[in-house]
Amino acid sequence: MDASPQSGVTPGRGGCLGMNNHTVIACHECDLIHRLPLVHPGHVARCSRCSAVLVRPKSNSVERTLALSLTGLILFFIANAFPFLSFSLETEVRETTLLSGVLTLYAQNERAVAGLVLLTIFLIPLVQLSGLLYIFVPLYFGKTARRTPVVFRLIRKLQPWSMMEVFMLGILVSIVKLAKMAEVVPGISLYALLALIFVLAAIAVSIDPHHLWLKWEQSQ
Amino acid sequence: MNLLPVTAYHASAISCLSCHLLCRWEKMDARIPGRCPRCGARLHVRKKNSIARTWALILTALMFYLPANILPITHLSQLGTVQSDTIISGVIYFFKTGMWPIALIIFLASIFIPLLKLIILIFLLISVQRRSRWRPRDRTRLYRITEAVGRWSMVDIYVVTILVALIKLGAVAEIDAGPAAVFFAAVVVSTMLAAMSFDPRLIWDTQESHDE
Repeated sequence: MDASPQSGVTPGRGGCLGMNNHTVIACHECDLIHRLPLVHPGHVARCSRCSAVLVRPKSNSVERTLALSLTGLILFFIANAFPFLSFSLETEVRETTLLSGVLTLYAQNERAVAGLVLLTIFLIPLVQLSGLLYIFVPLYFGKTARRTPVVFRLIRKLQPWSMMEVFMLGILVSIVKLAKMAEVVPGISLYALLALIFVLAAIAVSIDPHHLWLKWEQSQ
Repeated sequence: MNLLPVTAYHASAISCLSCHLLCRWEKMDARIPGRCPRCGARLHVRKKNSIARTWALILTALMFYLPANILPITHLSQLGTVQSDTIISGVIYFFKTGMWPIALIIFLASIFIPLLKLIILIFLLISVQRRSRWRPRDRTRLYRITEAVGRWSMVDIYVVTILVALIKLGAVAEIDAGPAAVFFAAVVVSTMLAAMSFDPRLIWDTQESHDE
């Protein structure tokens, strides 16, 4: 569905542009103004000029996001509580958790790399999941949390830096790399991690920012 | 009849990049960077100093790209001997031992994607600076690719993280991170920041000024 390009838009009240009851937005990638038609859940409105996705409404967006964030947080704790790989060579067995790699790097004086890994596979996913709960638990009960704008902006800003799925690929490469050196045994948290990646991807598509901001606007 | 495409810029409005609210922009007000009345994000007509910032970050990434590929990324000490591996020697090793899918993954993620990103961004910057009108739609698509693939370059950093944690068997075998790791991390971070600081709307701005 293409949104229609709009000419002759007039500024509305409250510093925002509006036309009748339609939402007027500009494409974030090419700046073309569109009057958004009513987009039904499951459909996508794209920019008519550069085909960037303008809105992608989801049915039951709030419920879905809340359920998935809760699931994600539980999986995140499981993934961190147990080792995800163990490696045995003769009598020695080494296990690694998500954080033990970070600690080893830190001990080897690779502090910048350790910090980057800590951020991208631990802190940022944790902050994002807890932030989503902060916003979506009240929203589910028809209220809005006071700091919704700041928290939601933070979650969106951090999005490119949450790299769980890249880490998963890293695990697979490591397994192959070590396979002929010794026996590598996947641990329980590897499965939690795998599930978490799918949950995180599902969260990314179930959030409907447009809907959330409208809700926030109404609550003010 | 006005057939010009109407952009937020032409309608004297700023689109908030965070919540997509279209806000009125008083042209006479020189102190433009206000905040979005809905979500509180800073408003800019275009991303701030987009071209200069992107160039700076690209040059930074290029500077780090060389040591990241020349210096060793891991040291493997096994029974008294130390073997240093660079990213490329790792790829060659996998290729020679028949594990070409792994060789391909590492080659794509660590060598090809960062370079591709830098080349595309340089091309986009030059085309914007020369006010090119060439295929804006395809150039926007190129930009989207650079935004989406950058994160996958982190694979090698994660592999190193996992290896140093697992292979720590004292005298028998031990893997240490090499000096290339930090350079490589810097390449990934600076190319990602470069892609974020580029404003794809600049590609379309020249389009409109020619139409007028």
